[in-house]
Amino acid sequence: MASTTPLDIPPAPPETRARPKSTGRAGDKIFLGLSRGSGILLLVIMASIAVFLSYRAFIAISKDEGNFLTTFDWNPAGDPPVFGIAVLLFGTVVSSIIAMVIAVPIAVGIALFISHYAPRKLAAPLAYVIDLLAAVPSIVYGIWGALVLVPYLEGLNLWLDQFFGWTYIFDKTEIGVPRSLFTVGILLAIMILPIVTSVSREVFLQVPKMNEEAALALGATRWEVIRLSVLPFGRSGIISASMLGLGRALGETMAVATVLSPSFLISLHVLNHGGGTFAQNIAAKFGEADEFGRDALIASGLVLFVLTLLVNGAARLIIARRKEYSGANA
Amino acid sequence: MKLQRKNRLRATALGALAVSGALVLTACGSDDNTGTDAEGGKTSAAASNIKCDDAEGQLRASGSSAQKNAMDLWVKNYMAACSGVEINYSSSSSGEGIVAFNQGTVGFAGSDSALKPEEVAESKKICKTGQGINLPMVGGPIAVGFHLEGVDSLTLDASTLAKIFDNKIKKWNDPAIAKLNDGVKLPATDIQAFHRSEDSGTTQNLGKYLNAAAPSDWKYEAEKKWPAPGGQAASGSSGVASQVKAVNGSIGYFELSYAKSQDITTVDINTGGATPVEATSENASKAIAAAKVKGTGKDLALELDYTTKAEGAYPLVLVTYEVVCDTGNKADTLGTVKSFLSYTASADGQKVLTDAGYAPIPEAINAKVRETVAGLK
Repeated sequence: MASTTPLDIPPAPPETRARPKSTGRAGDKIFLGLSRGSGILLLVIMASIAVFLSYRAFIAISKDEGNFLTTFDWNPAGDPPVFGIAVLLFGTVVSSIIAMVIAVPIAVGIALFISHYAPRKLAAPLAYVIDLLAAVPSIVYGIWGALVLVPYLEGLNLWLDQFFGWTYIFDKTEIGVPRSLFTVGILLAIMILPIVTSVSREVFLQVPKMNEEAALALGATRWEVIRLSVLPFGRSGIISASMLGLGRALGETMAVATVLSPSFLISLHVLNHGGGTFAQNIAAKFGEADEFGRDALIASGLVLFVLTLLVNGAARLIIARRKEYSGANA
Repeated sequence: MKLQRKNRLRATALGALAVSGALVLTACGSDDNTGTDAEGGKTSAAASNIKCDDAEGQLRASGSSAQKNAMDLWVKNYMAACSGVEINYSSSSSGEGIVAFNQGTVGFAGSDSALKPEEVAESKKICKTGQGINLPMVGGPIAVGFHLEGVDSLTLDASTLAKIFDNKIKKWNDPAIAKLNDGVKLPATDIQAFHRSEDSGTTQNLGKYLNAAAPSDWKYEAEKKWPAPGGQAASGSSGVASQVKAVNGSIGYFELSYAKSQDITTVDINTGGATPVEATSENASKAIAAAKVKGTGKDLALELDYTTKAEGAYPLVLVTYEVVCDTGNKADTLGTVKSFLSYTASADGQKVLTDAGYAPIPEAINAKVRETVAGLK
């Protein structure tokens, strides 16, 4: 922010403020104790959850006769129990990548339109509608996906197969309705659109007016203003927004479970039905699973947890490297 | 100021959305495909025969969703007759029901398959003096539904069914299918076989049937998980049914009630008897009559005869059980459990099943169930 602060505003006070001293009155002490206590309690609860989950996961993995990381099967009720997360990891990552590739450019486009192109009267309701989309429960997207999107995508799939079949990825080798990772990716893209859009829009609105006006004064067109001042300023915000969206895509359960036709196969033909994601698998198998089967599912959930952690960590790293622009996000 | 107003507006809108969302969801939640509301008069007539005895308070139960529609009817009738008693059957799944039963949180559990030995062993902790036993309560045909434009009746036998679900037969005009359907014009459409994506007792029962009736064509073990590679999956009986409804050339399996409620044509099964058998409640009951009790002591777990050739017996059936302790039931729910289960096993209770697309348990077995229920401690 420092480099973009207009001159007539005094510099912000230094960040390192000493914590105000307690007055020594009873109320202060009680409040201090309460807040510190609840902070510690929270940590203890989270730690015990983590311990419990890791313990259950450990029980499952130690009895797994297959390789937990590479087995293409999920059969903890079998004799011997064999299960692995390879297919789930692949499906989760692939469907999320498809979702990101589709959603992020569109979301940034919508955000730019709302913040810089749309007339005021249109911008507010439009932003509002987009925000509302985020509040639709995922099962509703799932049902809509299964009933409307899937039949609708049949044509698109045939088209992709016909003209882009040579890419291998879009080569559809199986018959059947498109209940594939590709369809899931599209559905996830629609689902993460609102969050990415609304965060990006907030960031774009925070671009210092002086910057934009300066660019305009130099004769830049509106697109050049966006390219020269809005996008560079908003880059870390877009990244944060995308990561929020990615988080939702990785963990999405019911919509995927409703739309996907799962099977324990890895195939790069994304138009074929099959595959699976962590969350979908847990939702599908939890009901009929016995104690041990649930332990196995918890183990797979832990992997999803680690995956999300890695993604978030990576995002924080990227944002930290671009600190000079981080005006509107944290 | 402006910001605050915006937030409040937003909150109101969210609230409105939440409310309308909840309304939409509850509308979906009650997927009552039995159409019982029209029979309210009959219900109250039946209610008079229900003996409430010392039933009181609240009874929680949980388990198989395959018997959900039957349980809903029973609970409704029962609670209408016995005021002050509240029965709460949460239809989750057999697995969840048994887990809950073995943790002692429910009075009885509903299950698609009899308790496994290790589950019985575990139940001894809860039943203290006794163990968990299976009471066959609801029978039902598993219908094989298909959707093939231009074809409105189809006969298959176990062997072709096995080959279809194993992706060995890929076209509808395959000679194996044509041979069973004289005079039916079969198109050269691809077969799209649908199975359940989640683990399910229905899948397991289909597997048991195919294992018994077509052992050389179905080599997979009968598990809750779909064993064969290939094919397409959908979640829940309702999911499979709606896919079959929507996709031309499809075939799938689900409880008969789903076929009825969605108007899906079902496959007649050629058992080797004189004429192919249609999936109906009566025909399923006839097949269950051929079952033997394989449980020992008070346990009434059934061994179904899937290879029966009896006239009009539809062999692809499933039997769901209520799981209770033979002795050592919790004192505060024992009265209600006994009273409720004697109603469900009574002639009145079993009669309800036919209307809901299920099959009553044959009288010979049913009599034993009633006797066992009366002796629960």
